[in-house]
Amino acid sequence: MTTIPLDHVLILPVLLFALGVIGVLVRRNLVFILMSIEIMLNAAGLMFIIAGARWGQPDGQVMFLLVLTLAAAEVSVGLALIIRIRHRLTTLDSDAADLLQG
Amino acid sequence: MIHDLWLVPAFPLLGAAILMISAGRLPSRAVALVGVVPVAVSAIVSAIIGIGFMAAPPSGHAFTEILWRWIAIGGFRPAVGLYLDPLSLVMMLVVTIVGFLILLYSTEFMAGDEGYSRFFAYMNLFVSAMLVLLLASNLLFLYVGWEGVGLCSYLLIGFWYQDAANGLAARKAFIVTRIGDTGLMIGLFVLFTHLGTLDIQPLLHRAASVWPHGSAIASLATALLLIGALGKSAQIPLQTWLPDAMAGPTPVSALIHAATMVTAGVYLIARMHGLYMLAPAIQMTVAAIGAATLFVAAFAALNQHDIKRILAYSTVSQIGYMFLALGVGAWTAAIFHFMAHAFFKALLFLAAGAITMRLEHHEHDIFRMGGLAKKLPVAFWSFLIGSASLAALPLVTAGFYSKEMILSETWAHGGAVPILWAAGLVTAFVTALYIFRAVFIVFFGEAKTPIVGRYGIRIVLPLAVLSVLAVIGGFVETPNGLGGVTIFSRFMGSVFGPAPLAAGATETALLVFASLVSLSGVGLAWLLYMRPAPRFAAWTQTPSVVAWRAFFLSGWGFDVVYDRLVVRPFLYVVRINRHDAIDDVYTGIAEASRGLHRLLKLTQTGRIRWYAGWLAAGSILTIAVAVIR
Amino acid sequence: MMLVWLILIPLLGGLLAWPAARLRAAAARWVSLIAMALDLLVLLLVWLRHAGPIEITGGGRWIAMFDAPWIPQLGISLRLGLDGLSLLLILLTIGLGFVSVVISWTEIGERVGAFHFNLLWTIAGTIGVFLALDLFLFFFAWEIMLVPMYFLIALWGHENRIYAAIKFFLFTQGSGLLMLLAILALVFVHQRTTGTLTFDYFRLLGTRMSPSTEMWIMLGFFIAFIVKLPAVPFHTWLPDAHTEAPTAGSVILAGIMLKTGAYGLLRFVVPLFPLAAIRFAPIAMLLGVIGIIYGALLAFGQNDLKRLVAYSSVSHLGFVLLGVFAWNALALQGAVMQMLAHGVSTGALFIMVGALQERLHTRDMRLMGGLWANMPKLSAIGMFFAIASLGLPGLGNFIGEFLILIGTFRVYPAFAVVGTLGVIAAAAYALILVQRAFHGPPRDAVAAPDLRARHLAVMAALTVAIVYLGVYPQPVFDMASGGLANLQTATHGVLKLAEGDPR
Repeated sequence: MTTIPLDHVLILPVLLFALGVIGVLVRRNLVFILMSIEIMLNAAGLMFIIAGARWGQPDGQVMFLLVLTLAAAEVSVGLALIIRIRHRLTTLDSDAADLLQG
Repeated sequence: MIHDLWLVPAFPLLGAAILMISAGRLPSRAVALVGVVPVAVSAIVSAIIGIGFMAAPPSGHAFTEILWRWIAIGGFRPAVGLYLDPLSLVMMLVVTIVGFLILLYSTEFMAGDEGYSRFFAYMNLFVSAMLVLLLASNLLFLYVGWEGVGLCSYLLIGFWYQDAANGLAARKAFIVTRIGDTGLMIGLFVLFTHLGTLDIQPLLHRAASVWPHGSAIASLATALLLIGALGKSAQIPLQTWLPDAMAGPTPVSALIHAATMVTAGVYLIARMHGLYMLAPAIQMTVAAIGAATLFVAAFAALNQHDIKRILAYSTVSQIGYMFLALGVGAWTAAIFHFMAHAFFKALLFLAAGAITMRLEHHEHDIFRMGGLAKKLPVAFWSFLIGSASLAALPLVTAGFYSKEMILSETWAHGGAVPILWAAGLVTAFVTALYIFRAVFIVFFGEAKTPIVGRYGIRIVLPLAVLSVLAVIGGFVETPNGLGGVTIFSRFMGSVFGPAPLAAGATETALLVFASLVSLSGVGLAWLLYMRPAPRFAAWTQTPSVVAWRAFFLSGWGFDVVYDRLVVRPFLYVVRINRHDAIDDVYTGIAEASRGLHRLLKLTQTGRIRWYAGWLAAGSILTIAVAVIR
Repeated sequence: MMLVWLILIPLLGGLLAWPAARLRAAAARWVSLIAMALDLLVLLLVWLRHAGPIEITGGGRWIAMFDAPWIPQLGISLRLGLDGLSLLLILLTIGLGFVSVVISWTEIGERVGAFHFNLLWTIAGTIGVFLALDLFLFFFAWEIMLVPMYFLIALWGHENRIYAAIKFFLFTQGSGLLMLLAILALVFVHQRTTGTLTFDYFRLLGTRMSPSTEMWIMLGFFIAFIVKLPAVPFHTWLPDAHTEAPTAGSVILAGIMLKTGAYGLLRFVVPLFPLAAIRFAPIAMLLGVIGIIYGALLAFGQNDLKRLVAYSSVSHLGFVLLGVFAWNALALQGAVMQMLAHGVSTGALFIMVGALQERLHTRDMRLMGGLWANMPKLSAIGMFFAIASLGLPGLGNFIGEFLILIGTFRVYPAFAVVGTLGVIAAAAYALILVQRAFHGPPRDAVAAPDLRARHLAVMAALTVAIVYLGVYPQPVFDMASGGLANLQTATHGVLKLAEGDPR
């Protein structure tokens, strides 16, 4: 079994994270923004697993489970907010929700 | 009785207080009573004190009474105190007696005016303040009277307050005199700082022992006092307020702006004459200003139309004579002329009032009068007597003796100053000319304005008494050639030192000369205004003469100059800074923070993607910085 | 303990007045009046009962003194002291407090309880300022005085009240912060040299420090106090605050609160930092002179009657600044007299303007004129106080101005001369006020009732006061001389070093 160099392994979560960020910034649909956030969370989780594997420690996987639960909670709260926004503004456009503009 | 001196100013003050507190609710009879009686009582008390003083003079020919300690802080201990010596006695008698006569006259003159009670309240307050000015033993207390008469003058010039022009004249009078008062106040600072007291007599003694003759500090102090005197006595350059002050009721002009208040400056210099003798340069200035003023004002008087303005400029001119006398050290002559002037000028003003009150619409323009000698004999005879006295017609008028005394002493003062004497002499001629111009125009020729009403005893009696005084008032002091009576100068001797002995032959020559000058002035007036030659009428219409007449009519253009130099710049500064430029600094600070706030506000878009973007950018930047370092 | 009651009575009165207004509006007014009366009684008792003067080493003689620990860990105590100076100012405070309650009787109709609460608390704060001899306590009282005043302006003021109230608050809080910093700096400098942490006035007197430190800390205090005074260029909050405040607020503000600035200069700035103050005196006096002239010029230009009076205060308080920094007996007595006379005369003028506004619903002089015909009493009284304000001899303001100027003349003749010229400008603005409001042709639109008994009584009292100060001021001087001697004792030793100083 050949070991893949750590640098190469790290590229994947970084790319995933960057995709998530770009998704949040570019997409206006709130559902897509939520999905992009999920991607970012998962990228972070993947990073923990890679780190755990690299040093042979279980902590990475523990942290991944934590991220997973966090993501689940976040999605439920986020979806609830999206439903409320959809209800009030009759749109899923994130830019429409700018009531806090100064 | 002399210990009851405080009653003299106290009675009018009481009268004023009663009238003010009653706030116009008293019936007019009661007002007249409360208005006149206190001054009458004051006059009686003054007379009794005066007789007592002359019969048995107190030691040192002066009496001081401290009423109460006013201020005592360290060495600064001015008291509320009265000081009576021949100088203040004469002034006090004139003020109370003339004041009483004028108030009596006013009870009829002002009858029916809606401010009847207010008028007598102010007049009583004035008499009281004037007496304080004269009797104060201390310069600070004197200053109370000094400003007090100024206030009353302001209130009475603007008495008919509904006309804004009167208010303007009143403010002008107050502010111009206050410019002078400021000089006086700074003079008090100098005197106290260098001599350590403001009590007049100790101050004079100390000055004489501390300051050498002609010292700079004495000059400074006397110059500052002089500024105060110039403002109050309407001398150049602060004379412009007095002609405008004629906006007040005529009795006010008679009492305040002729007989009493405007001579306060003369009194101040006479009172402080010890200081002026230490500062010959300033004393010379007094004489020069007096000479200039009497000359300038006489020409202005010659060209007025308003009968009261003629008299106003005449007052300025006559006070110029008093200043001239003070300037050449003829202290007694100045006070003598003050007394004579108080009688004849009050008489002239009251007579003028008696004329205007009988004319329809209270006409003041002499060219709309005419032919009044037959119709208003009372006014005519009193005005004529007053004019004769003002023109110094020889032998029978008070004005003759007092003016002659000034001229002869100016001559005697030395050959270096013939110009002063010449100014006085020329002006004596012009004086006779301008007042008899008024007499001939007003009382002779054809009638132009109908007459209404009649005189009561309260008008006639004061005119009669003042007429008598304007004639006999001069007999207390006559030149050597005419009996050589020296009652007045001997009486004043304890204040001013022995009167200088005039040179016999020269004096007589001067006397004759001056008499001729006065008479020729009257003669010229008769020629010009009784028998106007066509050539004279044509000459007055030539362009250059018209321009000169306009120049003289405006009082030599002083008002225009002051307007340009002082009033307009002041108003300009006030106008451009009405909204307080300094506040703009703070508004600027507030606006700047608002601008910053607006800029920062732009970043708060409310759009979640922007926030996320900033968050990402910030994180990247932070990580980048952390990695690179 | 009596001194504590002086402060506590208005505080308690305020707490009582608020709920009392729920019963009846008049109840709050009566509670306030009674509180003021009680306070006056206490003050008189203190004054009469003091057995003998209390000697404080280096601090002079005091009529009464109170000292109790408050936060001993930080060296903060409840130290109150009464000398002639504070007694006079507290007398003025209580007198004008009475006046404020009486004149608000008909003017204030809304939230009466809260109004009287704020009024009494601000008075209590002011009395505290005049009594406090612990710097922390002083700062504490200073804040208690200011905050209720903010509410008085913001809640019961006129059209533009919020702007004015915020401006007032920003200026006073800004200066208050500066003062706090200066107090802390002084305390720490003192701690560094002596090792004890204390806010006590007497211990802080004569703290040794380098000239530059002294100058900086002095400047902190100085600016804090001249904002309150107010002196040019920190005066601009005053016209707005005065103009928008309810009448009682203006009376308290002009009559008393401005004096806390002058009091601070007298009690703290010069005694605590004598050398710096003397070095700085020419600049301070220059500010005073500028204030005299500048305030008078601005007053002349105003159309709003209340703004005119407000700017005249700037001019009058310029005299006080001049007098304080001349620092000799004459000028100091003059400054105290000027404070009292200004309190009375300007207070009366504000009452007059308030009465006019109640009747005409305007303060704009362009809409007035000829009021004498309709309201002779109000006009006569208004004219009287305008004339008092221009410094007519025989009335209190003249005594104050004259003493200040003659005292100043000994040290800096030039400033005295320029200050005297300000008197001419004072005549200009006072007389233009009379002309534009009371004289001139009467207008039909201004038919309104004249002053009623309640206002007349107040005005009569103020008139008597100003005449008394003018013709028989010696008792005031005797009273103040004790307090001023205290201040001069404090600076005596230091100033002796500056030989040749003519003070």
